Amino acid sequence: MDETKHLQHLQQATLGERFLIEKVDIRGEHKRRLLDLGFVPGSVIEVLKASPLGDPTSYRVAGTVIALRKEESQLIWGKVMSS
Amino acid sequence: MRTYTVALAGNPNTGKSTLFNALTGLKQHTGNWSGKTVSLASGNYEYKDTRFRFIDLPGTYSLFSNSADEEVARDYIIFEKPDVTLLVLDSTALERSLNLALQVLEMTDRVIVCLNLMDEAKKKGIKIDARKLTDQLGVPVIPISARNNDGLDTLSEQLLLMCTGQTRTTPYRMKYNEQLESQISRLESELRDIFGDEYPSRWLAIRFLDGDQKLIATLKHRLSVSDKGGMTHGAAQALGSSNSGHSC
Ligand SMILES: Nc1nc2c(ncn2[C@@H]2O[C@H](COP(=O)(O)OP(=O)(O)OP(=O)(O)O)[C@@H](O)[C@H]2O)c(=O)[nH]1
Ligand SMILES: [Mg+2]
Repeated sequence: MDETKHLQHLQQATLGERFLIEKVDIRGEHKRRLLDLGFVPGSVIEVLKASPLGDPTSYRVAGTVIALRKEESQLIWGKVMSS
Repeated sequence: MRTYTVALAGNPNTGKSTLFNALTGLKQHTGNWSGKTVSLASGNYEYKDTRFRFIDLPGTYSLFSNSADEEVARDYIIFEKPDVTLLVLDSTALERSLNLALQVLEMTDRVIVCLNLMDEAKKKGIKIDARKLTDQLGVPVIPISARNNDGLDTLSEQLLLMCTGQTRTTPYRMKYNEQLESQISRLESELRDIFGDEYPSRWLAIRFLDGDQKLIATLKHRLSVSDKGGMTHGAAQALGSSNSGHSC
């Protein structure tokens, strides 16, 4: 069963929304980097703002602001949390 | 007078250079954006007739050498073996800081943790139980505020104790699942046969299992440079076999 079907990806979360990460669908060094930056399953992050051209978008992760390109945020799966 | 080396490690922007400057009286660039320290600055600090040489490592979120900064910091800790690695954590973002802390605790047992920016944490109403953290991490944890010279005496005293072998630590080591643990211990004993106590064998074993090609290349290079007769051959073989043999 492909559980990602029920999940949303981070790119779908909009300004001010909070997002619960459930899965980081990337492999190797790239995944390692995202985990090190705090994009770990179980953590809740907040969408802060998109840059003028819409990409990258910045997020509050474990107390710090980190910007991701959509190539990356599209591979982070979870749920937008109702506030 | 013997000089002890102390490496400052931590996430970007946690006040490593500020602490470095406060103790050495030098003026390493500090600022409010990350990634300023790129090369290794060093400076001396004397406390109670003992000299410490501080090395200001670049700030990183990890030590898995995804970047040049991470490689520099990691290689320093593993190959230069400072007498103490001083982990400078941001008290206002402890959750983030602890990722790196756990990595360092797997690499060496000579670690002191500084909870820096305590003044900021206090302002934000964040309370940290340093005693409990000391128990859980198994190394000394000292609250400081580098910019206000707060807690630096306690820190200096602890540095002195650790450098002169008067502090025993029991660093927290991640326990992995059974299968992984058995692979780690098998590889660990193989590595110990090659390197003895030269490098932390458990950490090396974990890096090998993770397929860290860069580290393997660095080790090969170091072995061929310091060619110690028969050792090189066996070691090169083991390093070679690990490329294909173990992965997870
Ligand atoms: N309030 C407060 N600010 C501090 C403290 N220590 C450092 N700072 C400030 O935090 C910012 C970053 O300090 P640096 O010393 O440059 O941090 P760093 O860890 O060397 O940064 P990188 O070299 O980029 O990794 C500076 O603006 C410092 O003035 C402290 O104890 N309290
Ligand atoms: Mg610095």
